[in-house]
Amino acid sequence: MSGPLLEMRGMVKSFPGVKALRGVDLTLRAGEVVALLGENGAGKSTLMKVLGGAQTADEGEMMIDGKRVCFRSPQEARAAGVAVIYQEFNLVPSLTAVENIFLGQEVTHGGWIARKQERVRAAALFQRLGADIDLDAPCRRLTTAQQQLVEIAKALAFDARLMVMDEPSAALTAHEVTRLFEIIRDLQSQGIGIIYISHRLDEVAVIADRVMVLRDGKNVGEKRMADMTRNEMIELMVGRQLKDEFPARTPNIGAPRLVVSHLARGKAVCDVSFTVGRGEILALTGLVGSGRTEVARLIFGADRGEGGEIQLDGRVLSIGSPREAIAAGIGFLTEDRKQQGLVLNHSVRENFGLPNLSWLSRHGFVNLARERDVLTRYVDQLRIKVPGQEERAGHLSGGNQQKVVLAKWLARDCTVLIFDEPTRGIDVGAKFEIYRLMNDLAAAGKAIVMISSELPEVLGMADRILVMHDGRITGEITDARTATQEHIMQLAHA
Amino acid sequence: MKNTRFFADYGMIMVLLLLCIFFSIVTHGEQSPTGEAAARQVLASISGQGGASPRVLIAASDQPGDAEFASTLERTLTGAGARVVATVRGGPRDAREALVKASAGGEPLDAIACTQAAGAWLVFADLGRDFPTLGHPPVITPRSYRWPNFLKSENLLNIANQIAVIAIVAIGMTMVIISGGIDLSVGSLLALSAVLAARFIRDFAGGAEAGVLGLVVSCVAAILVCGVVGAFSGFMVTQFFIPPFIVTLAMMLVGSGLAYILAEGQSIYQIPDSFVWLGRGSDFMGLPNAVVLMIVLYVLAHVLMSRMKLGRYLYAVGGNGEAARLSGVPVKRVLMFAYVASALLAGLGGVVMASQLKSGSATYGNMYELYVIAAVVVGGASLSGGEGRMLGTLTGAFTIAVIQNGMNLTNVESYTQKVVLGLVILGAVMLDKIRHAR
Repeated sequence: MSGPLLEMRGMVKSFPGVKALRGVDLTLRAGEVVALLGENGAGKSTLMKVLGGAQTADEGEMMIDGKRVCFRSPQEARAAGVAVIYQEFNLVPSLTAVENIFLGQEVTHGGWIARKQERVRAAALFQRLGADIDLDAPCRRLTTAQQQLVEIAKALAFDARLMVMDEPSAALTAHEVTRLFEIIRDLQSQGIGIIYISHRLDEVAVIADRVMVLRDGKNVGEKRMADMTRNEMIELMVGRQLKDEFPARTPNIGAPRLVVSHLARGKAVCDVSFTVGRGEILALTGLVGSGRTEVARLIFGADRGEGGEIQLDGRVLSIGSPREAIAAGIGFLTEDRKQQGLVLNHSVRENFGLPNLSWLSRHGFVNLARERDVLTRYVDQLRIKVPGQEERAGHLSGGNQQKVVLAKWLARDCTVLIFDEPTRGIDVGAKFEIYRLMNDLAAAGKAIVMISSELPEVLGMADRILVMHDGRITGEITDARTATQEHIMQLAHA
Repeated sequence: MKNTRFFADYGMIMVLLLLCIFFSIVTHGEQSPTGEAAARQVLASISGQGGASPRVLIAASDQPGDAEFASTLERTLTGAGARVVATVRGGPRDAREALVKASAGGEPLDAIACTQAAGAWLVFADLGRDFPTLGHPPVITPRSYRWPNFLKSENLLNIANQIAVIAIVAIGMTMVIISGGIDLSVGSLLALSAVLAARFIRDFAGGAEAGVLGLVVSCVAAILVCGVVGAFSGFMVTQFFIPPFIVTLAMMLVGSGLAYILAEGQSIYQIPDSFVWLGRGSDFMGLPNAVVLMIVLYVLAHVLMSRMKLGRYLYAVGGNGEAARLSGVPVKRVLMFAYVASALLAGLGGVVMASQLKSGSATYGNMYELYVIAAVVVGGASLSGGEGRMLGTLTGAFTIAVIQNGMNLTNVESYTQKVVLGLVILGAVMLDKIRHAR
């Protein structure tokens, strides 16, 4: 057997105030899938950025095919056959699939782009991936799964031999994930080495040959997948024993607080009605694109609906904007923290204050001292790890960002809270804390709507489950304890 | 941590200080005191000569500073018991006349006190031969000293006065840019406001005989018209989602065209003298009124941006409009405010300029939008929104003013000035980027 495809030894990388990598080793053989696990901030992303040439390491050596390399730019990494597919894809939304695939590696004839040849090659790549993608549609019109295929095709177009996939399944439906795995198996058989980063341990168990766990910038364990149990993985990541993934709770459900009837918006939402009771956690699940988020946005006034009625504690609300929804006592934690939840280049304090300024200010003047005090309380309560309140939100890890979003809505003291994918991209430890908080909120009598694609989470947290498909509610499971993943999937594909 | 943050926020102040030091060194030169200070010095040296009641002749030109010198000296000398034989306010010819008159009296002079410039007049060169009866009086002038032209208080006030209009308009621009937009219409609105104010004064308030109330109402009306234009821009941006660049580009043309139409192609100068109070007067601690107005507005704007809900909302809308909206920020109202505020401040700038120049013309404010944007950007604001500071903008405006002034003092001709200014703006923003990229 030949030597490893990739070998990283003693990688060290520091940022001001943080040592992200403290001597990490990693090896990858051709045709192998290695799962890289770790909580947020464990150093996975930094390690992959070093590998992809987006950052350079302070110390350590990196060898590809036994030859020492050091990438100073993504182009150099690409030239060496390394492709990194980030969670937020690197596609230009206005360009077509073909243009994106060959972006920066255009096929040219005497300075002219050979469009025909590019099309033929792109079509061949998609065929190899078994994908049916409109070559001429701008990428923004493709689904997430299709965009991912474009990214993979892009990597294949420059003969990548090593692919890093960062949370590739995060935005995919179960069916699409299965398809992705087929493709990964196929790539594997072609001798391509794959580093697979995911928080979804069930998937890792299926796809990975070997598992490598990072914690605090160090290797803490590495084993063949066959020799590793789920609990072992979690314990290595968290660094302590974890009894349950979901905190225990005794539901105490009262009268309906939020009553939604006949919501509609084009094809996205058709005649959706449901209620959420005091102290109840209602899960809204279904495939991506089934209209769950759209329902939430209608309730919150972020989009204009076409009819329907929303009642809160018996009062009929007329909500024209998020501002009015918030004033009525509805909070919405968006699934996309970076685009919709936070102003990334503003401080934690400013982000926290945003929905709360109406009660934190008087005669238009913000009471800064009070704002700081209240935030300090939430930072302690939610155990948000921040160097200070003036730290930019964009500098925090995903879990801590989500906690800041949580803090800002908790401080608002809403009666209805809608959580859209509350634990996406968040590590196990932080997940547990967020679940506990949701339980506390329910215990305090709030009505909670949780939108989630992660079925274990739906089953573990919800009192009642609604399943959506194509903008309609296709099923209700009134006692979540008796539900199974299979049952939900059937309803979701109805 | 705190220190690096300070420099990131206020690093431009360092650049401004360096520029000031540079121009101070370059313009270092011989200075002769004028006015009261010079009078005090001369008085001291005359008293130092002794003599119970010295007979003194005072000579100075009729320039304001020199005239002040002459009258102060005359008053204080008389007060100290000296006899002022004559006070010349004019040229060498007047001095000769006075000397002839004094020598005709037959009594000798004990001293001739004059400004430095007057001391060099030929008429005083050989007094013993020309006027023997005066008895060789010494010519006493204030001692010269070395001091940078740049740092003379008149020059510093001049810089502040020159930049006041741009700095005032830049307040509104900062708000718009922080909100993620841009306002190209400010230069035109400035002209529109100047023309409107002048026309209102001429047509409705009684022209050159206009009273204070008439002036105030005319100016407020002109500023409000600009506010309406700003509201229109804001409406277009928030209701039809037309990019601010396009909307305000259109308003730039509309505003400028209206200004020319209303001015009928002429300057309007039927304005009372009292109108220049705002632009040329200085009532508070020797500071020009326009500068005082500018300072007050900056203090208010700084408080608004750093302490008030509205300021926080402006930053949030520019930083991430969707996140702001979903956090309950009234995004449209906030944007509306920014464009109206920018237009109102442009209107105010137009009134100040009309007052400085005592006329209204459609040619005012040409290219000002670019200087204003430059001031904001040099001051550290990001054109992509969400970042920037009022005090940064003030620093930026002063940086531009200091460069222009410094080049004037060092006799750099105006075309070269443009080239240098352009490069400096680029350099300042580049420095800022490098500092942030660390």
